[in-house]
Amino acid sequence: MTFSGFRVIKEALTGHRGWGPLWRTPDPQPEYDIIIIGGGGHGLATAYNLARTYGKQRIAVLEKGWLGSGNIGRNTTIIRSNYLLPGNQPFYELSMKLWENQEQDLNFNSMVSQRTILNLFHSDGQRDAYRRRGNTMHLTGAGGTLLGADELRQIAPYLNFDNARFPIKGALRQERAGTARHDGVAWGYARAADRLGVDIIQNCEVTGFEIEQGRVTGVETSRGCIGAAKVGVAVAGSTSRVMQMAGLRLPIESHVLQAFVSEGLKPTVPGVITFGAGHFYVSQSDKGGLVFGGDIDGYNSYAQRGNLPVVEDVIEGGMAIMPMIGRARLLRSWGGIMDMSMDGSPIIDRTPIEGLYLNAGWCYGGFKATPASGRVFAHLLATDTPHETATAFRLDRFARGYVIDEKGAGAQPNLH
Amino acid sequence: MLIPHPLLGPRDAQEFTYLGDASLLSRPDPDAPDAVDAFCDYVFLRDNPAGVHKELWYHEQGDRSWLVVIRNTVTHEVLGAELATDVMRAKGAT
Ligand SMILES: Cc1cc2nc3c(=O)[nH]c(=O)nc-3n(C[C@H](O)[C@H](O)[C@H](O)COP(=O)(O)OP(=O)(O)OC[C@H]3O[C@@H](n4cnc5c(N)ncnc54)[C@H](O)[C@@H]3O)c2cc1C
Repeated sequence: MTFSGFRVIKEALTGHRGWGPLWRTPDPQPEYDIIIIGGGGHGLATAYNLARTYGKQRIAVLEKGWLGSGNIGRNTTIIRSNYLLPGNQPFYELSMKLWENQEQDLNFNSMVSQRTILNLFHSDGQRDAYRRRGNTMHLTGAGGTLLGADELRQIAPYLNFDNARFPIKGALRQERAGTARHDGVAWGYARAADRLGVDIIQNCEVTGFEIEQGRVTGVETSRGCIGAAKVGVAVAGSTSRVMQMAGLRLPIESHVLQAFVSEGLKPTVPGVITFGAGHFYVSQSDKGGLVFGGDIDGYNSYAQRGNLPVVEDVIEGGMAIMPMIGRARLLRSWGGIMDMSMDGSPIIDRTPIEGLYLNAGWCYGGFKATPASGRVFAHLLATDTPHETATAFRLDRFARGYVIDEKGAGAQPNLH
Repeated sequence: MLIPHPLLGPRDAQEFTYLGDASLLSRPDPDAPDAVDAFCDYVFLRDNPAGVHKELWYHEQGDRSWLVVIRNTVTHEVLGAELATDVMRAKGAT
């Protein structure tokens, strides 16, 4: 079933009786060539790329809950490629290029909307830092413009420019950044992978690995043992728990990040706006809700819910740069568990166990990475060599001293 | 979250800053032959358990003591707290 404008009109005229499920519900086979653990954005995108680009035949995605129950369905949907360091920026720019063609690629409306991001700056030093970052972005073709306060006033007049403590002096704008429909991304990849023959198996929790003489031969699951020549792990916040079953200790802590949405409002916030001196960022969904968030709670957590002090902190940040937000009512808030790495950058690599591959350490920024993560992890699984944009994301970089620390915060996950 | 400070009684977790796994108290011996590997593990690797976790909290807006707090990372329930100095003394550190 292919989606098209024609199809939508036809279904509208015939009572919408022709739509079917977007993917099958297969039972697990005894054995696969490649198993991907985790039916989030990264796992599904990896399976899709394996089947499509590398022509791999027998692939399964094993998901312990329902598809999209993890961070892929909990994030604030921001996509951007405005990183600084050489290990990161080419990868995120690849991701942005893939977003730009994703809907055609998957034949699915994931509502990719390049509505720009504005990173506000509040001091001369911060302006210099953003200028430097903007230059790096231009080196990878990501674009970017440095705006002064006057230009910014035209775009977002309601910002608190004259805040006594953190006056707004301008912003670094990436025009190509924006948002996408998070669950739509999961559904789009799931459907496209399923159409290429990938088995997506929900309610199937991996509970152990079968490892013989240092080589993985399969996984134990809540639905029995399943054999596999290669296993790729993409379980985000559960990474340490899953890899511990293979005897590995990782440079990762799990932390909770909260997000918030207001009641629906008329269009006011044109793109994504981030506060440069506190922890607050906001965009407006197509339904009109202000979608916003801030800092992680800051202590190890697997609770999938945060605590009130951070709610207060985020709202204070919002009131500081956008006082009008105080008139809106909060509709809901929620939390997700993130795999915070020791340098704030991801890991996409082989592991000391032959046939076992790891995709993790996404911190609070893995949604934007979904298309590229799927592409490069599939490349690694299929060819056993890292993709050219992911050569820095090695697991041993910590021991070798090649950390990719965008913030320069050191091995302190709650500061990244 | 309320942290049961051994000297000051229950205190709001907001008064504290969080460092991480309490195993950071056990700094490796810099003169040992495997010191490089041991420090790499110490700095970068974590158990990161789902469940009971011993962790270091600093009472920054209080008496400036370091506490070892026992907390469940799945429920956020705080199960106990000790002064880090007491923990180290019990281990025989001077
Ligand atoms: C509140 C919040 C806001 C965020 N905002 C942004 C943003 O604006 N922009 C951005 O780029 N990123 C953002 N992120 C980060 C982004 O959501 C994540 O980095 C990304 O979604 C992680 O990859 P994933 O989609 O594969 O993870 P997930 O969707 O979490 O997928 C992992 C899956 O693995 C499954 N799993 C776990 N253990 C097992 C097991 N034993 N067996 C089988 N399956 C298992 C889980 O059930 C889960 O479905 C945000 C995150 C949060 C929580």
